[in-house]
Amino acid sequence: MARYVCRMGGKGWWLVGFAVASVLLALLGLALGSVDLPLADVWATLLGQGTGTDAVIVLEVRMPQVLTAAAAGAGLAAAGLLMQTVFHNPLAGPGVLGLTGGAAVGVALVMLARPIWSAAALPQDLLVSAAAWFGALAVLMLVLLADRRVGNGATLLILGLMLSYLCTALVSVLQAASEPGALKGFVLWGMGSFAGSTPQRLPWLLIPVAVGLLLALALVKPMNALLVGEDHARSLGTDVGRVRRIAIWTSGLLAGSITAFCGPVAFLGLAVPHVARAFLRTADHRVLMPGTILLGVALAVACDLAVRAPWTGGALPLNAVTSLLGAPVVLWVLLGGRKWGQ
Amino acid sequence: MTQTSEPGLEARNLDIGHGRTVLARNIAMELASGELVALLGPNGVGKSTLLRTLAGLAMPMAGAVQVNGRDVHAMSATERARHIAVVLTARPPGGELDVDTVVALGRQPWTDRWGRITATDRKAVEQALARTDAQHLSGRTLATCSDGECQKVMIARAFAQTTPVLLLDEPTAFLDLPNRAAIVRTLRTIAHDEGKAVLFSTHDLQLAMDLCDRLVLMRPNGGIWQGAPGQAAATGELAAVFEGSGVAIDPLTGTHRFRP
Repeated sequence: MARYVCRMGGKGWWLVGFAVASVLLALLGLALGSVDLPLADVWATLLGQGTGTDAVIVLEVRMPQVLTAAAAGAGLAAAGLLMQTVFHNPLAGPGVLGLTGGAAVGVALVMLARPIWSAAALPQDLLVSAAAWFGALAVLMLVLLADRRVGNGATLLILGLMLSYLCTALVSVLQAASEPGALKGFVLWGMGSFAGSTPQRLPWLLIPVAVGLLLALALVKPMNALLVGEDHARSLGTDVGRVRRIAIWTSGLLAGSITAFCGPVAFLGLAVPHVARAFLRTADHRVLMPGTILLGVALAVACDLAVRAPWTGGALPLNAVTSLLGAPVVLWVLLGGRKWGQ
Repeated sequence: MTQTSEPGLEARNLDIGHGRTVLARNIAMELASGELVALLGPNGVGKSTLLRTLAGLAMPMAGAVQVNGRDVHAMSATERARHIAVVLTARPPGGELDVDTVVALGRQPWTDRWGRITATDRKAVEQALARTDAQHLSGRTLATCSDGECQKVMIARAFAQTTPVLLLDEPTAFLDLPNRAAIVRTLRTIAHDEGKAVLFSTHDLQLAMDLCDRLVLMRPNGGIWQGAPGQAAATGELAAVFEGSGVAIDPLTGTHRFRP
């Protein structure tokens, strides 16, 4: 660790800073909420000395929520960075290939067309997660199939956009045909939330996200090569087609699993890599990828805090918060705050 | 000149093209270590396709390209990158990259799977910056470099790859006169002093005539001629390439004029 920090020069300290901020924000996340607990009690509980209701609140209610936020932030940010590099597009994010749209179609099918599903014995929340996951997976398969035909990033990006529009249209059709009660449930899902997970379900999120993050970190060398363009990357020994497919798979795994648990979380995946670039002042993925992941954790946990902190009324929709953070970042990128390519 | 007879790159019975279109047939060419060769021909004749095929970025329609006696298209991507370095016309999209990182990317065929830079790699990067006269750009980002400076950085990156063969697609495009001269003189130094085989496509007739050891001419009918610049002018081969285009080549001096 110390060697890594040294080798990365001053930039390594930023990574340490992001990690420390993440831990502090996570501790705050465990302490704050509808009942504010003293940090000392939270600490005691984490050390296994907690008692009574406080321990239950920390370990069974807030811990899953903080971990969900951390995993979602890390995963979406990493997926966003992969897509921005693979498609040479600063406005690409995890949703760019229509994966989030596919998840929405899956969830809409389950929630809005409920009469058809009423016979299913599965609990509703599990059914929703599974539907989101399969929806995203279906779109991922379509994209990979198309990749074999077009084999060129720019065309693939447009194809993903079209799939997104198609998914939105399908969801609209389903919405128009559904009853108000079901529609409300779907709209709530669309607002995003880190609150839905229980300690029992958490591994289903944490394991795929951990695998996705490891894959993303393993791709830092070819991602760097892609920064000088696909042909130059090829001449540097990169198997561009294979790297693109692995990156799309990884992004799909991350975005699909996270959307299944949290709903479509807006802007985190798109904005966090840009914030990380602004701090780290580099495009080198060996620094930028870990930096983006750590910053994603910090910012997602911060957004979660804003959503449920007592002074905000405890009922802000997650996507309102992430959009308030993310949209200005995107505007800043568009207005040339960062020189991203030429 | 330290020209040796050792072949750097060799093409035999090569047919190039894309899709079903064949651009040139039965190409036989050799690129020796230590020589600077210019590839000349009108737009659309297949210069880029030939370079991409020689570099292993495009598959040949027939025939083979060999480097050190081994088939370029049968090598793994990494192995190929250890033999042939490529500089393409397109400005790289990663404007936020700093110059040193770009040049260090040239070490990718030699680094471990994380792309860690060792002392050897760092030395190769420094040497590449020195050889291409680009040290003063160190520490800047690509976005702040002019087209000429950016081209130098990309050549330094290819140099850092420490390959016996260097192929460049129109390295002097979009550059002003002094920058064009600087780039080709750099290539000449790399070929003559470092013993690399360097081939570049260009529309810069005069630079090619004055600074290159040999010319490869591609005619619109798919024919290919190779030889010394003076010979190209004297035999009328150079004039044949630009036939009917209103460009007149002086067979004695090799200079060109535009007919009204």
